[in-house]
Amino acid sequence: MAVQSDASEIADAVGPYDRARALNAFKVGDVTFYWITRISAISVLLILGGIILSLIVGAWPAMKQFGFEFLWTRRWAPSADPPVLGALGPIYGTLVTSFVAMLIAIPVGLGIAIFLTELCPQWLRRPIGIAIELLAGIPSIIYGMWGFFVLGPFLAYTFQPFMINLCAGIPVLQDIFAGPPSYLSLFNAALILAIMVLPFITAISVDVFKTVPPVLKEAAYGVGCTTWEVVRSVVIPYTRVGVIGGIMLALGRALGETMAVTFIIGNSFRISSSIFAPGTTISAAIASEFQESDGLHQSSLILLGLLLFVLTFFVLAAARLMLMRLETKAGK
Amino acid sequence: MNFVKAIVAAGLVAASTSAFAADITGAGATFPFPIYSKWADAYKKETGNGLNYQSIGSGGGIKQIQAKTVTFGATDAPLKAEQLEKDGLVQWPQVMGGIVPVVNLEGVKPGEMVLDGETLANIYLGKITKWDDAAIKKLNPSVKLPSDAIAVVRRSDGSGTTFNFTYYLSEVSADWKSKVGSNTAVEWPVGVGAKGNEGVSGNIGQTKNSIGYVEYAYAKQNKLTYTGLVNKAGKTVQPTVEAFQAAAANADWAKAPGYYVILANQPGDKSWPITAATFILMHKEPTDKAASGEAIKFFKWAFAKGDKMAEELDYIPMPDSVVKLIEKTWSSDIKS
Repeated sequence: MAVQSDASEIADAVGPYDRARALNAFKVGDVTFYWITRISAISVLLILGGIILSLIVGAWPAMKQFGFEFLWTRRWAPSADPPVLGALGPIYGTLVTSFVAMLIAIPVGLGIAIFLTELCPQWLRRPIGIAIELLAGIPSIIYGMWGFFVLGPFLAYTFQPFMINLCAGIPVLQDIFAGPPSYLSLFNAALILAIMVLPFITAISVDVFKTVPPVLKEAAYGVGCTTWEVVRSVVIPYTRVGVIGGIMLALGRALGETMAVTFIIGNSFRISSSIFAPGTTISAAIASEFQESDGLHQSSLILLGLLLFVLTFFVLAAARLMLMRLETKAGK
Repeated sequence: MNFVKAIVAAGLVAASTSAFAADITGAGATFPFPIYSKWADAYKKETGNGLNYQSIGSGGGIKQIQAKTVTFGATDAPLKAEQLEKDGLVQWPQVMGGIVPVVNLEGVKPGEMVLDGETLANIYLGKITKWDDAAIKKLNPSVKLPSDAIAVVRRSDGSGTTFNFTYYLSEVSADWKSKVGSNTAVEWPVGVGAKGNEGVSGNIGQTKNSIGYVEYAYAKQNKLTYTGLVNKAGKTVQPTVEAFQAAAANADWAKAPGYYVILANQPGDKSWPITAATFILMHKEPTDKAASGEAIKFFKWAFAKGDKMAEELDYIPMPDSVVKLIEKTWSSDIKS
């Protein structure tokens, strides 16, 4: 705006024939704009680098003390002498809860998105759409409280005993779904996470599904495709990149979610084969212990934070790689 | 590291004190929070001076006073004399209270059940996993116990309540002492973790067949089912002011440097075995002398006029002889 009005003022003042000065004014504006955007973009890298650096500085004593063993040590004993601290429990909890959450949220989220864009009667679209968006607006501590007071008891008295009985005697499954039922468990946390990340997957999928050119779908319907075939062979392939982007955003949230998880996961560093056992995640461990920690204990918690950072980075990098391979396959 | 700590501490305090800039600020133990807030309320009515106390846990209280971000710190795990010396701190016990095991069992009323130290330690070690275990049955022949699994609840954050509770378990169980030990945060063999006395109370209230430990005031306020305990003398006692006082009566405060006394597992027929004092920490040479003077005034007032309020919440006031010692410490050790 400013650049434009400047230019027109200059043009008015010196008459229409001084092209060089007018062009120069445009150039200055352009260069300024270029640098402002460039600095903004670079500052992201600087901030990110600063965060990584301060994490490494904070985590250094723990890295020196435990080395790579930190990654596969199961014990978390800050008060032992000397302290034994290992990240396997929180890493395990983070991966399991995120995995189970995505297992639930991806099909449900995509299902809702497909229903909303392809099948839903017009009058029902807005209420469902708004409800989904509201889910994203609920603060995570509210999810935690709801999980603790409402969902926890429900799962402990109905769903968990049912699953435990159902799977009794089946190898592997009987270990995964083993008792005793509990209010506070990996599974409860994963279920809450699934609900929390649902709007990310749904909202983004709905948006990208809407970008499919109607003519493509009409053509498919025209040659006699069913709705399912249109979705599978036209809509999903056309919007694959966007859908995966939404899923990655959701996964990022699931990996890092703290407050709700701390409330319902049970904050136990032990690793149990049962998904109904209490556990902890990296972010929950940091949230509940950081304030009271010092020395090596605090350093280990910062190292956990660094690990979460690295973990998230690898997940996102893997997603990018997958996308690239998909695109080459599609011949784009 | 210090840089990180300072930023965290400054952030916490800035967030919590900005609205009460003129008041005395303190932070620390959650165990005495109910009585400190009650005292602060009465003190404000009487003098117009407010007190802002953040119950963030004992370890947090120690750290905040070391970082000089608060006027006083509060802890349930007293600092040893040499540590006090190193940080230039003064420590004194402000009030005493009891820690009680609480359970949630259908049909069981407060005080109906009895546990002893060893059984309690074995439950927290995961050796006793069912409510109808022979050891629990033997102590409670008349109570109808379910054959369900025991849901063990403990603190997930570091805490002075945990320090006193695990200290007691270490006193009564050699197994506990060698495997787990006592500290504000320990490597729990079993159970789920909840944040703060409030968190444990909430969890117990919510979870059937659970057991936990909280400060008595929390058990009372939340109407939780506390249990009796068998004390060192082999007698069954209930958590009452008399039982807490009986345990406190044995402590020799005058001879303990820095008032370092842990009241767990005291002898005496009437002593409640998990009794604990909670401590205040202040700098010998405070940076803000006006604020520290105000804080001393408040604690003096609490010793003089706060006893009844403390008893109403089932805390035990410090005996007059100890208060006299503490007042001497104030005038000799803290510069104003």
